[in-house]
Amino acid sequence: MLQVLLSRWQQGYRTMAWPEGDVVLPDRLRGRPVLRPEACRDGCDRCRQVCPTGAILGLGPTLAIDLGRCLFCGECERACAPGAIRFTNEHRLATGRREDLIVRGGPGYKLAEPLTGEVGALFARSCKIRQVSAGGCNACEADINVLGTLAFDMGRFGLQVVASPRHADAVAVTGPVPHQMKLALAKTVAATPTPRVIIAVGACAIAGGPFAGHAEVNDGAACVAPADLSIPGCPPHPLTILDGLLRLIGRMPAGR
Amino acid sequence: MIGARVINGGTVPVRDIPVLGMEAFRAAVIEAVRDGAGLAAYFGYPLAPDGAVAPPGGGAAVAGGRTGGAPAGSAGGGTHPVRLVAVLTWPMAGGCEVVATDPGESFPALTPDCPPAHWFEREIAEQWALRPEGHPWLKPIRYHRAWRPGDAWGRPPGTEILPCVTDFFRVEGDEIHEVAVGPVHAGVIEPGHFRFQCHGEQVFHLEIALGYQHRGVERALAGGPDPRTPHLMETLAGDTTIGHSLAYAHLVEGMTGVKAPARALAIRALALELERLANHVGDLGALANDVGFLPTASYCGRLRGDFLNLSALVCGSRFGRGLVRPGGVRFDLDPARLESLKNRFEPVARDVESAVTLLWRSSSVLARFEETGRVPRETALALGLVGPAARASGVERDVRMDFPTGFYRFLQVPVALLPSGDVFARAFVRWLEIQRSEAFIRQVLAGLPEGPCQADGPVVAGSEVPLPPHLLGVSLVEGWRGEICHVAVTDGAGRFGWYKVVDPSFHNWMGLAMALRDQPISDFPLCNKSFNLSYCGHDL
Repeated sequence: MLQVLLSRWQQGYRTMAWPEGDVVLPDRLRGRPVLRPEACRDGCDRCRQVCPTGAILGLGPTLAIDLGRCLFCGECERACAPGAIRFTNEHRLATGRREDLIVRGGPGYKLAEPLTGEVGALFARSCKIRQVSAGGCNACEADINVLGTLAFDMGRFGLQVVASPRHADAVAVTGPVPHQMKLALAKTVAATPTPRVIIAVGACAIAGGPFAGHAEVNDGAACVAPADLSIPGCPPHPLTILDGLLRLIGRMPAGR
Repeated sequence: MIGARVINGGTVPVRDIPVLGMEAFRAAVIEAVRDGAGLAAYFGYPLAPDGAVAPPGGGAAVAGGRTGGAPAGSAGGGTHPVRLVAVLTWPMAGGCEVVATDPGESFPALTPDCPPAHWFEREIAEQWALRPEGHPWLKPIRYHRAWRPGDAWGRPPGTEILPCVTDFFRVEGDEIHEVAVGPVHAGVIEPGHFRFQCHGEQVFHLEIALGYQHRGVERALAGGPDPRTPHLMETLAGDTTIGHSLAYAHLVEGMTGVKAPARALAIRALALELERLANHVGDLGALANDVGFLPTASYCGRLRGDFLNLSALVCGSRFGRGLVRPGGVRFDLDPARLESLKNRFEPVARDVESAVTLLWRSSSVLARFEETGRVPRETALALGLVGPAARASGVERDVRMDFPTGFYRFLQVPVALLPSGDVFARAFVRWLEIQRSEAFIRQVLAGLPEGPCQADGPVVAGSEVPLPPHLLGVSLVEGWRGEICHVAVTDGAGRFGWYKVVDPSFHNWMGLAMALRDQPISDFPLCNKSFNLSYCGHDL
């Protein structure tokens, strides 16, 4: 018993001050890319050649990256000699609409808006999440799991992963949804009482990730239900996930 | 040894691999396993008329990656016959032996005389519509159509194959009941189905049915390498990103003759051990949680993340995404970063010790761990278990010691062994490995070789150097779950004709089923966590 108390004292208080306070992210973290289409060279498509998932949508003046497909591997940045693509450390990435995941030149990126109306009022103080891994590789799953640990402690925002869809307000899907899991996912969604929200976590759940186009998968959660929140990344950093969840339930402090 | 010899990370020309008659092949594999060899891989690949690996169907690579995998039921081998290959590992000889056979449409199963072949032969039957005659437990393992015409179970072509709909083994009798769990489980965990035959609380038999996570990875790898290949490696089992991408890098380097510089080898070994630390620490926390011992559960959840954050310090990704590529590593450790790594490592290691030693001092924890889910050494050997699960049953197997590659040739990690085979042993072996990985990391950080971290030339993307034609390469890595085996066979154009992946979980799921025999069903979560196997690594 004394040992338990001693170790409790040694371990200290570890819950992060974020979102009120700041948090230091790894300097090499590949977050939201910034594009300079004006730097694009005519006729060059190196970025598109090296992109593993076809996330480069346009070239030259229309240079655009679809963060829904992007694995944040940085191959395009390495391949781009004039430096038209640069990945920044910016971890805030989650959007409400799928099309808002497309990054173009110039400022502006439309992050997820809080839920409004009845669901907004219902979920602002308590949002219970049923997580379904449908072909997930256990990285997105791990970074959702970690939100329950004392470092992130999402319970302080009324967010909690629950065991039964009957207890859930939200279904968080990871993975490209293999055919083998489509029915189980559909049943889980159907078993979640309405109003409910669907959250696609990671490149696989948004657009199939590295498995996009495989005959064995359905390229993400949309085959069962459209997502109300899309959190890009492969996997997204836990803070990117939590940031998205807080925006959705309207718990992100103003100005953050 | 009658087969072709290959060292770990080495290659052999396909024509030098002896193609034995079925009986000689059968005898060679059975006798080798009886004499202590491991069955690292046993798989089929489609054979073109000229004896080369047949070009894979579908999955055409286009600019920017693949547009689509091959259509179900048509790709892979077409109507070609199938060649079977077995890769045997000989720890005492420090290398592997490769033998092959051309079995026709059916062949006498090895499984009755060689239990480690059990899961492999079910996979061969499912993928290639061959029938291993006399297989005692011939059922699908992933529930998909074969990749050539026909079906090992005679299911008509048009019928739908539903996941885990099979003839489960049933125990009959008064007071016998059946418990079915999954595919969707209560926690944040991958899907799988577990069927228990119980008498009251007591489990007579557990049958594990998987396949829900099948993403078609092996078929997509055939025809590569291409820009997507490294990413498929990193997501084979996302918690083993470094392990699988390292196996791939070694394999490509062995085929091309490109040598990763010493500094890259050191950074790779550092990353592999950080991955092991994060997962082992997380597992000990999860085991504590499953017996209701919350202090360790809570601390280890955080500490696992601290190790992941050290990986992120190295390469920006908590899982090591983007770090390992053929030819070296993508991120170097500048002096400031190295210093920061050293400074942040020690407090985490200290906190891990304080959190984990609580377990061994708590009699209530030990009472739940000890004698629970016991897998005796004979069973572990017979099933061919790998990794910490095998070492906890007294089986001395560790790729880092038996077949060292990369930095493990210069710096050894002692093998951690315990004899008892129970949950306690699987937990304590992890603790021993945590301490040894920490000591290893300290040595790596203290003596990081100078020089570049990538080989010269355009090799790093893994897709820019053509591979030599008609080669078979073998690559073994001791991931945190155990032995990872990748085997590639190149076609005449220097592409992967077939790329075989064996995740350690493939060997170990049967171990979990055996651990549950005669246990109370309420101990399933604890036993399951003590193995903590990969679903996607199995389902591919």
